[in-house]
Amino acid sequence: METFVFFVAAAICLAGALGVVLSSNPVHSALSLVATLFGVAVLFVAQNAHFLAAVQVIIYAGAIVVLFLFVIMLLGVDRAEDLRVDPLVGQRAAAIVVGVAIFALPVAALATTGWDATGAVANLGSVADSGVTDVEGIGRVLFTRYIFALEITSILLAIAVVGAVMLAKKGPKPADMIVDLPERPSPADEEGTA
Amino acid sequence: MLLAAGVEPSWYLILASALFAIGATGLLVRRNPLVMFMCIELMLNAVTLTFVTFSRMLDDIGGQAVVVFVLVVAAAEVVVGLGIIVAIMRRRPDATADDLALLKG
Repeated sequence: METFVFFVAAAICLAGALGVVLSSNPVHSALSLVATLFGVAVLFVAQNAHFLAAVQVIIYAGAIVVLFLFVIMLLGVDRAEDLRVDPLVGQRAAAIVVGVAIFALPVAALATTGWDATGAVANLGSVADSGVTDVEGIGRVLFTRYIFALEITSILLAIAVVGAVMLAKKGPKPADMIVDLPERPSPADEEGTA
Repeated sequence: MLLAAGVEPSWYLILASALFAIGATGLLVRRNPLVMFMCIELMLNAVTLTFVTFSRMLDDIGGQAVVVFVLVVAAAEVVVGLGIIVAIMRRRPDATADDLALLKG
C-alpha cells in the first residue's frame, strides 16, 4: 500500500517539478508548483508527519502560491516566455550537466552506504507508535531543545514584515534606489571629479 | 505498521535529490525572476522531504521541528523577494534576471 502511495505521489511531484521548469507561462508554473507541494504533503502523510502535511498544504499551497499568483496577476507578466532562445550559448547544456551532477552525487553517496544512509535500522513509524503524536512531539521539542531558534524565528518574521512594508512604500527614495540607472558616467568624468 | 511493507526510506531520499536537481536546473535555466523563485521553493521542498525522511529513519522528532523552521524561513523569503520583484517590475515590466545588474561591480 505504501509502495503504491509512494509511486503515485512521486510521479505527481516529479511531473509538477518538470512543469514548473518547462512551462513558458508563469501561471502554469505556479499551478504545477501546487501539484508538487501536494505530492510532498502526501509523502509527509505516508511517513506519519501528519501535522507537517497539513501545514504544507495550508502555508505553501494556500498562502505562498496564492502570493505568487497575486504578483503574477498584479504585474501582468503572464505572457509566455519564449523558451527556445538560448541567450547564453551553451548555458542550457551546462545547467543540465550541473543538474545531473547534483542528482547523481547524493545518490552515489547513498549507494556507498548500501542504501542505508544513517546506519540506523529504519524504524518505520515509531514516532507515532510511541504514544506521543507528532504535533505533541514537535511542540515539546520546539519549546525546549529549539527555544532559541524559535525566538530568532520570531525576530526574522518581524524583520520580513518591516522589509516588505519598506519595499512596498511609494516614496521617491526606494524606487529610485532600485531601478532606472541613469546613463553611466564615463570613466574620464569620474577621474575628472575625483 | 501495516503500511510498512516494501518502501525503503532511501527511495524518499532519491526522490528528494531528483526534486532538488530539477529545481537547481530550473534556477540556472529560467530567466523570469518569478519562475526562478518557484524553483527555489522546489529545492526547499526537496530538503524538507529529506528532513522528514531522516526524522523517520532515526526516530527523532527533531527533523520535523526543523521543517517548521524551514517553512517559516521560506515564507519570510517569499515575502521579501516578491516585494523586491514588485518594486523592480513596476518600473520595468519586462525585466529578466539578466537586466538586474545594478549591483555588479
